[in-house]
Amino acid sequence: MQTHYPAPVSSYLERTADPDSVVVNIGPSHPATHGTIQIIAELSGETVKKADVHCGYLHRGFEKEAEHHTYHKVIPYTDRLNYCSALNNNFVFADAVERLLGIAITPRCTVLRTLLCEYSRIADHVTCVAASVMEMGAMTAFLYLMTVRDYIYEHLNHLTGARLTHSYVRIGGLARDLPDGWLARLEEILQFCERYVARIHGLMDRNRIFIDRTRNVAAMTTAHALNWGFTGPILRSTGLGVDLRKDSPYLAYDQLEFEVPVGIKGDNYDRYYVRMCEIDESISMIRQCVRMLPGGPVSVDDPRVSLPEKELVYTQIEALIQHFKLVMEGIRVPPGEIYVAHEAPNGELGFYLISDGTARPYKLHIRSPSFVHMGGMHTLLEGYQVADVVPTFGSMNMIGGECDR
Amino acid sequence: MLRDALTTALNGLFERTGESFGMPVLELRPENIVPVVNRLRAEFGFELFLDVTAVDYPQRSPRFDVVYHLYSRKHNGRIRLKVSVPEDRPVVPTLTPLYGSARYMEREVHDMYGIGFEGNTDLRPILLYEGFAGHPLRKDYVMDMEQPIVPYRE
Repeated sequence: MQTHYPAPVSSYLERTADPDSVVVNIGPSHPATHGTIQIIAELSGETVKKADVHCGYLHRGFEKEAEHHTYHKVIPYTDRLNYCSALNNNFVFADAVERLLGIAITPRCTVLRTLLCEYSRIADHVTCVAASVMEMGAMTAFLYLMTVRDYIYEHLNHLTGARLTHSYVRIGGLARDLPDGWLARLEEILQFCERYVARIHGLMDRNRIFIDRTRNVAAMTTAHALNWGFTGPILRSTGLGVDLRKDSPYLAYDQLEFEVPVGIKGDNYDRYYVRMCEIDESISMIRQCVRMLPGGPVSVDDPRVSLPEKELVYTQIEALIQHFKLVMEGIRVPPGEIYVAHEAPNGELGFYLISDGTARPYKLHIRSPSFVHMGGMHTLLEGYQVADVVPTFGSMNMIGGECDR
Repeated sequence: MLRDALTTALNGLFERTGESFGMPVLELRPENIVPVVNRLRAEFGFELFLDVTAVDYPQRSPRFDVVYHLYSRKHNGRIRLKVSVPEDRPVVPTLTPLYGSARYMEREVHDMYGIGFEGNTDLRPILLYEGFAGHPLRKDYVMDMEQPIVPYRE
């Protein structure tokens, strides 16, 4: 058993490579690597012979922190995993805790969470496509999509009070109900989004430069994708329609009608196109959610988990005590362990939670799609040109917060 | 029913079987992990290696659990495998020959818990930096532990 291992980065730089090849360091201080990924590439001419992808520059000890906080206090940390679609992370965590507690959320909360999941998915896909085409020089497409994203963030800000890190979920429900006029504005934004997504299709789909940069670049088979653990749009781009929303429906997905878009070749172009098609599906799902949105409360009426109304905390002693105990002591979750996975915009986002019966998680592990994707990305870089590194990396949609935790 | 099929097919290769929120759980000895996963992949279609992590129980002997999650498209289900390893020899065989995705995740577990994966030759730190002392997700690693200062590279 080997006990000493060489240092991760410098050992690769210092080792004696093939004398005919050049070792190039890309990142982490590079705008296209999102500031957190380092790729050490061994080049022969312009071709990447070998690539070593190194992450960890954004590691903040999320899993250690979670063991020292009560369940409600973990929610703001989950926001900071995938900060492009923070609500999805919130909901997986809440789902895991609620299943351990054995509580069922209200029908209104179920549909609202589904709606917000899809709304965040649009924001996430839009960000990914915008960033990846901008890195290839498509500035107009970037600005169009960023406009859509900002409308969505402003709109979520109206609902949750924060643009990016919403912390909107509560164990057993949501922080508050929809404000007046929120759904009317939602429809306006969806129509705006459809117009702008159509413009992107017009700008990119048959664009000679875009096709030359992305078609047949970093292509892979389904077997390759499964071997390297790719999930989400990356796996679907190879033609396999694996989608947890269809295969093991959670929230209200079993009541929605939607298609699972798949690609053909699993190359950069397919990954772009699958994401664009998923935006269309999400818009249709949001409209279905709005139509079926039931009335009633958004949080369960269970004094063990739900915080009382703020107004009552100031006027009734029972509510004050309940509030105090929930904030100071936290929710006591029965002992058990659970693995809950949702289809996050990037792929399977799993939370493995172990409770020992106290108010803090004994162990909370995140199966983050970005981290697994980075583990297999070198296979998509090797054999292609060094100029393909950035478009391929862009099409993976690596989110540093989620990758490094 | 997946659980019944699994327990029949793999009889003798696992120690205990259970179920956790609808997911079959198998507890194995370290030497059985490779044959079991091999058969799970070949016979039950567990093609997607989702996750590997560890859990630290400092009061218990053996101290660590290594926990695997796999997904089968054929059965549309997940399975959890648990392997207990002692503190003085925290080693399990690697699964990298079977799944490429195990490569990165085993590096992370090695980082965080100091668990070795026999046969994985690339266990360089991944989320931690070079020169980090200790294994931060072990329960005896206190939150405000100070780390040695890493010198500037020339």
